[in-house]
Amino acid sequence: MSDMAVSALPGASYAGFVTVAEAGLRGMISLRGDVAAGWMTDAVVAATGCAIPAQRRVERAGDMAVAWMSYDELLILCDYAAAPALAAKLGDLLSGQFATVANVSDARAVFTLTGAQAGDALAKLCPVDFGTLREGDIRRTRAAQVAAAIWVSGPEEMTLVCFRSVGQYMFYLLSRASAPGSEPKLYA
Amino acid sequence: MSHRLKTGGRLIDRSRDVKFTFNGKHMKGFAGETLAASLLANGQTLLGRSFKYHRPRGIVASGAEEPNALVGLGKGDRYEPNQRVTTTEVFDGLTCETQNHWPSLDFDLLAVNSLVPQFLTAGFYYKTFLRPRAFWKHVYEPVIRKSAGLGKAPSPDARDPDSYEQIYAFCDVLIIGGGIAGLQAALSAAETGARVALWEQTAHWGGRAPVDGVTIDGQDADAWVAATIAKLEAMDNVHLRLRCMGAGVHDHGYVLGYERVSDHAPGTDAPRHRLWRMRAGQIVTATGAIERPLSFAGNDLPGVMLASAVRDYVVNYAVSPGQSVVVVTNNDDAYRTAIALRQAGVGVPAVVDARAEANGPLVAEARAAGITVLTGKGIRKVKGGKKVTGVEICRIDSKGTAFTEVFDCDAVAMSGGWSPVVHLWSHCGGKLVWDDTHHFFRPDASRPPLGADGAGFVRACGSADGEMGAVLMGAHEAGLAAAKATGASGTPPAPATDQVPDMAPMDAVWMMPRNAEYDLRMKMWLDYQNDVKVSDVQLAAREGYQSVEHTKRYTTLGMATDQGKLSNINGLAILSDALGQPIPATGTTTFRPPYTPISIGAIAGGATGPVFQPLRRTPLYDWHAENGADWEPVGQWRRPYTYIRAGEDRHKAVNREVTNARTNIGLLDASTLGKILVSGPDAGRFMDMLYTNMMSTLKPGKCRYGLMCNENGFLMDDGVVARLSDDAFLVHTTSGGADHVHGWMEDWLQCEWWDWKVHTVNLTEQFAQIAVVGPKARQLLERLGGMDVSRDALKFMEWSEGRLGGFDARVFRISFSGELSFEIAVPASQGRAFWDRLLAEGADLGVMPYGTEALHILRAEKGFIMIGDETDGTVIPQDLNLNWAISKKKDDFLGKRGMEREAMVHPDRWKLVGLETLDGSVLPHGALAVTGGKTANKQAETEGRVTSTYYSPTLKRGIAMGLVRHGPNRMGEVLEFAGPNDARIKARIVDPVLYDKEGAKQDV
Repeated sequence: MSDMAVSALPGASYAGFVTVAEAGLRGMISLRGDVAAGWMTDAVVAATGCAIPAQRRVERAGDMAVAWMSYDELLILCDYAAAPALAAKLGDLLSGQFATVANVSDARAVFTLTGAQAGDALAKLCPVDFGTLREGDIRRTRAAQVAAAIWVSGPEEMTLVCFRSVGQYMFYLLSRASAPGSEPKLYA
Repeated sequence: MSHRLKTGGRLIDRSRDVKFTFNGKHMKGFAGETLAASLLANGQTLLGRSFKYHRPRGIVASGAEEPNALVGLGKGDRYEPNQRVTTTEVFDGLTCETQNHWPSLDFDLLAVNSLVPQFLTAGFYYKTFLRPRAFWKHVYEPVIRKSAGLGKAPSPDARDPDSYEQIYAFCDVLIIGGGIAGLQAALSAAETGARVALWEQTAHWGGRAPVDGVTIDGQDADAWVAATIAKLEAMDNVHLRLRCMGAGVHDHGYVLGYERVSDHAPGTDAPRHRLWRMRAGQIVTATGAIERPLSFAGNDLPGVMLASAVRDYVVNYAVSPGQSVVVVTNNDDAYRTAIALRQAGVGVPAVVDARAEANGPLVAEARAAGITVLTGKGIRKVKGGKKVTGVEICRIDSKGTAFTEVFDCDAVAMSGGWSPVVHLWSHCGGKLVWDDTHHFFRPDASRPPLGADGAGFVRACGSADGEMGAVLMGAHEAGLAAAKATGASGTPPAPATDQVPDMAPMDAVWMMPRNAEYDLRMKMWLDYQNDVKVSDVQLAAREGYQSVEHTKRYTTLGMATDQGKLSNINGLAILSDALGQPIPATGTTTFRPPYTPISIGAIAGGATGPVFQPLRRTPLYDWHAENGADWEPVGQWRRPYTYIRAGEDRHKAVNREVTNARTNIGLLDASTLGKILVSGPDAGRFMDMLYTNMMSTLKPGKCRYGLMCNENGFLMDDGVVARLSDDAFLVHTTSGGADHVHGWMEDWLQCEWWDWKVHTVNLTEQFAQIAVVGPKARQLLERLGGMDVSRDALKFMEWSEGRLGGFDARVFRISFSGELSFEIAVPASQGRAFWDRLLAEGADLGVMPYGTEALHILRAEKGFIMIGDETDGTVIPQDLNLNWAISKKKDDFLGKRGMEREAMVHPDRWKLVGLETLDGSVLPHGALAVTGGKTANKQAETEGRVTSTYYSPTLKRGIAMGLVRHGPNRMGEVLEFAGPNDARIKARIVDPVLYDKEGAKQDV
C-alpha cells in the first residue's frame, strides 16, 4: 500500500558545498543469480529493457536501471510503486533457474548529492578513488562506518544508497562532509 | 639579545602586524612567520625549563626537530600542551604559556635538581627510589611527577570546539617534501603522465635551498621554485598540498598525511586538521636533512642554536638570535651562517672549526668577508646562566682543562653535520647504510621497503637520500623511476641544474673537545628534551647496556615528543665509542610513525557527536522517541526499554506493560529481528546444516523454532524459521545477531559449500515487524480486516500473507510471551502507518506498546531462553534442556561434533532451572550459587549462576533462571546465592516455566 509509505527521512536536505537531499522512495529489487548466463540476460532485458551492466556499471532504459553488484547479483532500480509487480514478473521469467528475486525497496535510504564537488565530499567518507569514476559507474563501499553504494547518476550528481535504519546517520555524515569551508579541493 | 633586523625576511609581511601574548605579555610579530621567529624578534630566548634538571632552555632549531621550545597554546577548550613554536605559524590573538617550571619561568626553584645531577643520572628511576618501599608511592612519585614533565593535560571539562576530518585519496606517485628535490621529483613524475601528489609540511615551497643561496639554471632558487609550482599547478594530474606532513608510510603504499588546515587561521569554517589516507603506487621521500648539534659543555643554554636554524631566522624572518654570534662547526656548511649573519650586519667574533684545516670555497668567502676562522679548535664551554654570555675555546684534541681563547657573544651557531630524514624510508622496513664521508646513515637503495610484489615502493631523493651536493638530477631520476614503476610511459624533459659550492670533507666530532673530562661531559647535552647527557650514555655502556634499543629506554635518549630528531646519531656515536665499536655496528633505534605527533582529533576524524557511531533506527523510532521511550542499545539499534509515562519510574512502567500484555494487547516493535531469505534448490539441505533441528521437513506455510550453533557446539543464535516455498525459507535471527548470522551463512556458502545452490538475502530492514500480543490480539486484527486470522485458519506456528487493513502484510502466528500473539511484517515504509492504525483501532481494547524489558519478563515467565542471557558463548543447547531441538536423524549439522566432546557430555555441566527466592525478592543479576566450601585455590566454591532475573508482575515476586550443577535433578532443593556485602540469598530450584505450562493461552 504505497500511499501509506514514507521514506527514511522525507524531505531532508542540506545545502553545503554540494547539495544533499534524501531522494524519497525508490524501487529496488535484488536479483541473485549468474549475471553472465543467457537466461539472466533474457529475463532482465524482458523485464526492464536494460542490458546486463558490465562490472561496476549501471545500465539505464527509461525509468529503469540495472546495476552490477557482483558476479551473481544485480540491483534493479525502478519506480517505488512498480517494484512489487516487477519483482513478480522477474520471478516468473526466472522460474526454474537458480535465481532469487527480492524486493528490497523498503530496506534502503537513498540520497542525491549534486554539485561539481560531490566526489570531494564523499572522499571524506568512502575509500573510493572518485577521480576514476565516470557517469554510469557504481561502487559498493562504505561511508564512515556503514555500507553504501554510490552511483554516478549524472554529470554533477551522485546517488548514494544505504540501509534505511542508518538514513539519519548517513544524512549527518553527508551534511558534515559537505559543510561550507571544509572543501578539500581534491577532485574539483 | 635576539632581535628583529631592519631589512630582509623573505617570508614575512612587514605591513601586517600580528599581536599575540606570551605568558600574558603582549608581543608583536609579522604575518608569515613562525611563533619562534616572533618570540626571538621580541627578545624572548628563554622558553622553558628542561625535563629533569629544570635548566633554562631556548629555541634550538627552526622546524619539526625542535626539542625545547614547547608551549601550551591557546586557552580553555582550545588549550593544547607541547606545541612546537618552530612549527606554529603566528596568528592574531594567539596566546601561549611556557611549561614545566615552578613557580615561574624566570625563577624556577626546581632548578636545584641540576645541583644534584648524580641523583638523576641514567636509570635513576631504577636505582634511586627502591627503599623504603612505601616512599615510592607517597614521597618519590609525587615529587618526581611535580618536577618532571612537559605540558599539562587539558582540563577534563574542556571540550574541543574545532572540527577534524579525514579524507581518502589515491595517486600513482606521492612525493613527500616540497623542497627543490621534491619539486623536481614531482615535476619529472608528472611529466610522464602519472598522477602525482606532493606534500610539504611547512607553509612554503622550496625548503632550504633559497636560504642556502642555491642557484638553479643560473637564477636564484626562489625564482625556480615559483616557476615550478606554477607549472605543477597547471597540470591536471598533480595535486599539491602545503601544511601537510607525511606522518607515516605503511604497507601497500598506504600513507598518512597530517594536514594542518587552519591552525594558522583559527575561527574559519575550515576543519582544524585533516588526515589524508593516501593510497600511493610509489612513494618518493624528499624529506630533507636535519642538522646535528655538537656536544660541548653548556650546549643547552638559551642562545645556542643550530647553525642552519640561525640562518633560517635571519634570511626567512629577518630575526637574529643575537648581536654577536660565534659559529662552531666541523664542516663547511656552517660558514653559510657566518656569511649570512655578517651580511645582515650581525657580529661574528669567530668561526671555530674543529678541523685541522678549512679551505673550502665557503670558508674562503667567510675569510674574505673578514671573519676570523680558528681551526683545530672547539668550544670548551659556554658561559652564562639563563643565556649565553660567551664561549671558552680550547684545542679540539685536548681534555679541555684550559681555554685558549675566550669570546664574548650572546649566541652560538653550531653545526655537527647533517642527518638525512630517513624516517619515512624506514617506517616500512627500508634499510640504512653508514656513509663514512658525511658521517650519517642514509637510505640503502638496494634494500628499500618492499611491496606485495616484492619490489621496492619507496625511493629517497635529495638530502633525504644523503645527497649533500646538487640534488636535482637525482630527484629527477627518482621521480621518473617511481612513475615508470606505476606504468607511466611518458618522457619528461631534462631536469634543471642546481649549482652548489664545493664542500671540503667534514670531520666527525662527537664530543668537544675529544678527550673532555667528566665535569665537561656531564654538561654536554645529547637529548635536550629528556635531559640526557654524554655522561649518561657512557654510564649506561659501563653498566652493560649494549643494544641501542635498551640504551634508549634506560637513558630515555630519543624519547618523548621529538623522538630524538637531534639526539639520535650523536647519542649512538657516543654509545659506539663507549662500546669500542663502529657506529654501524651499533645501528639506530626503530623509526616509527608518526614523524611528529599528530592530533587525536585528526585520528578521530569526523566520528564525533551524532556520527560517533551509527545508530540504527527502526521505522517506528520517531514514535518511540515522542512517547517516552527509555532507550536501550541493542547492537547498533536503539530499542525502547520501556515507555515511561507521567508519574512512573522504569519499574512501574515495565510492570504496567507486562500486565497489559497479559490482559489486553501489547504491541512490540520487533523490526530489529534479523530476517534473512535463504533460497535455492539446496536451501533445505543448507538449513539442516545451519540449525540443530530438522528444517527441511517444514511445510510451506509453517513456522518452526530452531537453534543455531557454532562449530564448537555452543549456542549462537535462535529464532523462528518460516518456510515460504519449496525452495525458500525466511530465517528470523536475534536483533544483535542478524549481520553475524548473515555473514556466517555466506562464509559457509562461499568458502565451504560453494557448489550448493543457495542464495541468501538480508531482508532485515525491508520489513517493519510488529508483535500484537495478548488475549485481545485477534480481536484487533479482525477489526483491521482483510485476512482470516481465526484459530483454525491461521494455526499456532503458521504464517499467511495478505492485505491486513489495507496493508501488505505477512502474519506469523508465533509467541514469545505465552499469550495469543501475532507478529506482522509490513514493508518498512508502511510501518509507521500500520503502527498508528493498530494504536487507533485498538484504543478501546487497551492496546499499549511495551519495551524490551517487558519482552524479557514475558518470556522469562514462560521459561523461554534468551541468547545472551542464558547463553554466553560457553553454553550448549543441552545445558538449556533443549535436547528436543537437536535432531538425531541428521548425519551432520554445524556444532554436532563439537557437542560430542567429552566436556560437552559431562554429567556435571550446569543446566537450566527456574529459581524462586524464599522471600520473594529479586536475585541479583549474575549471582553465583555458593556451596559453602572452598576450591583448591581457596576461593568460594560455586555450583550455579543466575542467568535471568526479574520481578514478575504476573506472579508478584522475583523470578529467575539459572544454570546449576545437576540442576534438573535437584528440583525443590534450596541454594544459597551470594549477594552484595556477603549476603546469602536462599532460592529454591523450580521448573523454569512459571506461567501457563500447558500453553493453553497461546493456542486460543
